[in-house]
Amino acid sequence: MATVSFRHVWKRFGNTVAVKDLNIEVADKEFLVLVGPSGCGKSTSLRMLAGLEEITEGEILIGDRVVNNVAPKDRDVAMVFQSYALYPHMTVYENMAFGLRLRKTPKQVIDQRVREAARSLGIDNLLDRRPRQLSGGQRQRVAVGRAIVREPAVFLMDEPLSNLDAKLRVEARSFISKLHQRLGTTFIYVTHDQVEAMTMGTRIAVMSAGELQQIDTPYNLYHNPRNVFVAGFIGSPSMNFFDAVLKEEDGKVIVETPAFRIPLPPAVGNMYRGHAGKRVVFGVRPEDIHDVDYQPPGILPAIIEANVEVVEQMGNEMNLYLEEQGKTFIARTDPRTQARVGKRQAVAINTSNIHLFDANTELSLAYEAKQAQPETIGASN
Amino acid sequence: MKKNPVLGWAFALPAVILLILFLIYPTLRTIQLSFTQGIAFRPEPYVGLDNYITLFTRDPFFFNLRNFPPTGAFFTTILWLILFVPIVIGLGLMIAVMANAVRYEVAIKTIVFLPMAISFTAAGIIWRFVYSPDPNTGLLNAFLMAVIPGFQPVPWLGRVDLVNFALIAAAIWLYTGFCVVILSAALKSLPSEVMEAARVDGANSWQLFWRVTVPMLWPTIVVVSTTMIINVLKAFDLVYIMTNGGPRNASRIIGFAMYHETFQNGRPGYGSAIAVVMLILVLPFVYFNIRRFRVERQ
Repeated sequence: MATVSFRHVWKRFGNTVAVKDLNIEVADKEFLVLVGPSGCGKSTSLRMLAGLEEITEGEILIGDRVVNNVAPKDRDVAMVFQSYALYPHMTVYENMAFGLRLRKTPKQVIDQRVREAARSLGIDNLLDRRPRQLSGGQRQRVAVGRAIVREPAVFLMDEPLSNLDAKLRVEARSFISKLHQRLGTTFIYVTHDQVEAMTMGTRIAVMSAGELQQIDTPYNLYHNPRNVFVAGFIGSPSMNFFDAVLKEEDGKVIVETPAFRIPLPPAVGNMYRGHAGKRVVFGVRPEDIHDVDYQPPGILPAIIEANVEVVEQMGNEMNLYLEEQGKTFIARTDPRTQARVGKRQAVAINTSNIHLFDANTELSLAYEAKQAQPETIGASN
Repeated sequence: MKKNPVLGWAFALPAVILLILFLIYPTLRTIQLSFTQGIAFRPEPYVGLDNYITLFTRDPFFFNLRNFPPTGAFFTTILWLILFVPIVIGLGLMIAVMANAVRYEVAIKTIVFLPMAISFTAAGIIWRFVYSPDPNTGLLNAFLMAVIPGFQPVPWLGRVDLVNFALIAAAIWLYTGFCVVILSAALKSLPSEVMEAARVDGANSWQLFWRVTVPMLWPTIVVVSTTMIINVLKAFDLVYIMTNGGPRNASRIIGFAMYHETFQNGRPGYGSAIAVVMLILVLPFVYFNIRRFRVERQ
């Protein structure tokens, strides 16, 4: 059990900057997910924490100890790798016992811990097998078991589920979440999959191009993204973005895109009034665009019309690919929607859940305002 | 697709003919010769097992249990196996692992591999110079005289007690590069995440090497070892060039003894018997290597 701190951490490989001035404070017993597209520096950050990469600049602390110059074996961390990295020449038992053997743990303690961990992971019948005789899911459990028996201060996981098939991945997700609850240890988990991040993390750090974009709870990341990148990365299908201008006419705040005009209701408009006249990026999530005939009650709708290009019937919902003035966007509507390809379709945008970003800085215009009143974010949804 | 046995044989035929002509026939002929005196390389007159009996009971230069340690070509070959194989593998592994960790890896490996590109004859001549007792041409003596004050030049290849060690050292120089290249290729193919996992698990470099790297390289180490064993069992050229089996037959090894008896002492039947002994010694290792190769492929 320990806190983890990244303080002004940089990583350079020659002239390329892999991690740029990273600052993260991870609380004890937290499940922090580092998420971002490949090459964003998330794995490098984790590897610096494990001691597998040198830190170019800055400090990493585990507990209150600076570990910059501490060897991996002395950091009291355990890591689960994407490839599982099991020792192919050892049995499952030996794989799990290896770390304890190196630490000269008494034999009985090793035996007891290995058997207990194996039982809790449901692999106690596989202890005599070698890794090549195991399925992907079993290997993954052995890799986790190898980390558990060490009883480390911090668990590090580098994309541990990406080699599993879709069904196993969903199972393993809840299995790792339960493990975190049971062990009550600090977990730091790297993934490129925002669904994994959202479902598992108590907090999520979104990274892009070596920089931390935003660190927050899954709820806040979804409802109050700090910039265009986070808004587009979290959520599936992605948020729709439109180039727009923010206008004020007769006291009303209006978002004007080449395709349509959206007058904002006063409660929403007041948040943006100070930015009138600015070029903005207007963002709205597919789930906040409804068929006018099946609007949920209580939303503040703005009605627009668009051409239907593609209809995807999912059963529980429907994805409409819409087009207006050459701009395409997606709506996730009620499955009963009567939309037909090639026809016009009227849709209602839920204006209370829209997002506006500065066109130059790509930063959210209402980030601070929404942060100050988190309990009302998305309340009308 | 229907299999056409005629066509299959037609394709295999050239290889089969070559194998019969240059491998199977000579082998059978050698076995036949080994039961005769083989005068003028004809299988006559027949002497039964005489050659083999002589070889192991009455030829002190081949098999002599009266000394301790035993002497003769058979036991000199065993000395080669005991010294040459572990040292060449150990050295190869060491250089492969160390080269892997530094820059200029390619340069290091090229230099170590270079001896393999020289013909054994040339290498033998080079080493004859190195070991020369005349410090004007003998590099080793010149070096030792420069380093150790009062050192007297040693005729490395002229002393019964030193000659085999001198030859083995030259062979190690020749073959280390081969071991380095094979082992370093295997080393590169090891998954780096496993090494990293071991480091996080608590292994220092020493434990990492002995408990993870070596076990994972083991199949390759075994194949290189058997290849080296086979090389020793059939070695001939280095001894021929450097000492011609001397002094006093002390540096004869099995491969050389076969040539020596057949061509220099004019006893083809006796030489053939040595060849058959050699074949019997090599066979298990060849079989083992082939089986290993098959397992690897599956």
